[in-house]
Amino acid sequence: MTKDAIVGRYPRSPEVLLSLLHDLQKANRENYLTPEDLARAASHVGLTPTEVRDAVTFYSMFSLRPRGRHIVRVCESPNCHLAGAWSALAELRRALGVDVGETTADGLFTLELTSCLGACAVAPVMMVDDEVVGNLTPERVRETLDRYREAK
Amino acid sequence: MNLARAHVLVGVDDEARLAGADKVLAAFREAIAASNLASEVQVVETGSLGVSGHGVVVAVQPDGVYYAHVTPDDVGAIVEEHLLKGRPVQRLLLPTAAPVARPADVLTRQKRVVLKNCGVIDPERIEEYIATGGYEALGQAVTEMTPEAVIEAVKRSGLRGRGGAGFPTGIKWSAVRTASDPERYVVCNADEGEPGTFKDRLILEGDPHRLLEAMAIAGYAVGAHVGIVYIRGEYQLSIARTERAIRDAEALGILGDRVFDTDFSFRVEVRPGAGAYVCGEETALLESLEGKRGWPRIKPPYPVTCGLWAKPTVVNNVETLANVPDILRLGPGWYRTLGTPTCPGTKVYTILGNVRYPGLVEVEMGTPLRVLVHELGGGLLPGRTLKGVLIGGAAGAFLPPAELDVRLDFDSLAERAAALGSGAVLVMDESACMVDMLSSVLRFFRHESCGQCVPCRSGTDVLVRLISSLQTGTGDRYTLDRMVQIVDAMRAASLCPLGQSVALPVRSALAAFRDEFASHVDGRLCPQCQTTARAHGLSA
Repeated sequence: MTKDAIVGRYPRSPEVLLSLLHDLQKANRENYLTPEDLARAASHVGLTPTEVRDAVTFYSMFSLRPRGRHIVRVCESPNCHLAGAWSALAELRRALGVDVGETTADGLFTLELTSCLGACAVAPVMMVDDEVVGNLTPERVRETLDRYREAK
Repeated sequence: MNLARAHVLVGVDDEARLAGADKVLAAFREAIAASNLASEVQVVETGSLGVSGHGVVVAVQPDGVYYAHVTPDDVGAIVEEHLLKGRPVQRLLLPTAAPVARPADVLTRQKRVVLKNCGVIDPERIEEYIATGGYEALGQAVTEMTPEAVIEAVKRSGLRGRGGAGFPTGIKWSAVRTASDPERYVVCNADEGEPGTFKDRLILEGDPHRLLEAMAIAGYAVGAHVGIVYIRGEYQLSIARTERAIRDAEALGILGDRVFDTDFSFRVEVRPGAGAYVCGEETALLESLEGKRGWPRIKPPYPVTCGLWAKPTVVNNVETLANVPDILRLGPGWYRTLGTPTCPGTKVYTILGNVRYPGLVEVEMGTPLRVLVHELGGGLLPGRTLKGVLIGGAAGAFLPPAELDVRLDFDSLAERAAALGSGAVLVMDESACMVDMLSSVLRFFRHESCGQCVPCRSGTDVLVRLISSLQTGTGDRYTLDRMVQIVDAMRAASLCPLGQSVALPVRSALAAFRDEFASHVDGRLCPQCQTTARAHGLSA
């Protein structure tokens, strides 16, 4: 879908800003919002580009910098912490060769931390894009990454 | 619903999906068709069956048999043995909490009002909700009751907000009803972000029409024609099911123009969040809905007079609203038979951590914490002892085992300087270090502080530094006092409940586990804290 088509599905109201930004971000292979996206969203919903930028920088699901094809978000909230999220995080750091906030050299993954994902019964948990992956062990982390690598 | 001999209920939520629920569902449909059982046995894709941590859970009704960790390979055995021959497959049965208890006891010992349909009906079929009495209350309200009578019924029920604060719902509605501005809104707060909480997600995934019915009732009562469900951006399945439910209800004339052929019109929209815990605070949520940063507003004015677009607005939590249809259908008198005199009704809890059966339960208000931990949660793992419970999420309180008889309702917990909050119950055994657990809570607050007001912006950062010093052996005995000074200042001076509530976990942890904190000062090191410190790149 073209950017114009995405924008055209929404009414011209600031109320739809976050929905619209989610869609624009998803349409970019590098999972971020470009300056053009911000300008396009701003003019559609009737805000200034600065107002849109102000909003975008507040929310953790949006990025203004290019990211990997897939976003890996590891929960570090108390329940996952109790269940050993740190070992999953250590494995992700090792397997991806990047630190939190960084993108792998092949552009495939960006590693991020997140607050509770609401899937606590299968802690520790991470999300890869829209998929929730729970009961994390180092093996499960590696398997999941492999699955996304193969699916590229 | 079809008149089938048996129903196979496959609980599909985010957790079950990652365990392969979709494949299990497909395997059941295929196997049942292949065995020529399609006219007798109906396969139902439903929300969570209320048991978590057991992979794909499948229930066979009316037999009341629950299977756990079901894979596509097990489906043949269940169809062959149970559905054809009437012999439940023993090796797949859901384990029981007590040796004598039957598997379904985890469910039957609960009092389910809000979760009544979750795991029972197909949430994607409006007919099934209607068949359970769904939308009756809305029909009754708009055709037989005045808006004032609806508000009166909610007031008399004693329903209090389940988002954490416990404010009386009827009084909120009444304030919006009597506001001078005729343009009003109903907003449902589904920005569930309190760590350890996923009750709203399971209500939205398992019974979305209940929420829509309640929102329409609220709209009728307060005179609003637009309802908005603000769902956190990570809850993809909740968003999809709620959107679908709206379309289906509109197609039947239950929502949209002329609800039940009356002059009342009400449409509902879904708006996703984008990853900000503070947007669960009602005024931050309203700012976010207006396309801005989710910065809490200074109160007063309150949303009931100055809410979305400065119009009078009802903001209610998912669980609060989910009580409303039955309050109208069965009456406020019935509702008051549940719970305590000052906190009627039920409460949904997520029991998590080092218990045998983590998951979602619904019990009457006033139920002792002990029942949740030792009965519904199945107690601790064999050989382990209880160290403490974090109740209410990150913005909650650490309770020692001696407090296990506390009754869970707004007032009993407030007496003990704790809060019911979102209903998260995180159980910790002796292997947990409380300094380490509090460090996780404090890092959460630092990450989620919105940065608008100084006490919270700086306070959350200083608190993480102080607790990190305990974890890396550089703290001293003054560190603990400084933490208390800071949270007290934050409680007094922060703009919104986020900053104010950090005092709760810090003060309760220091009060209940003082010795453990004291053992982390003056260069003494704890292995668990060292591991955490290393994971966060701190030198230990």
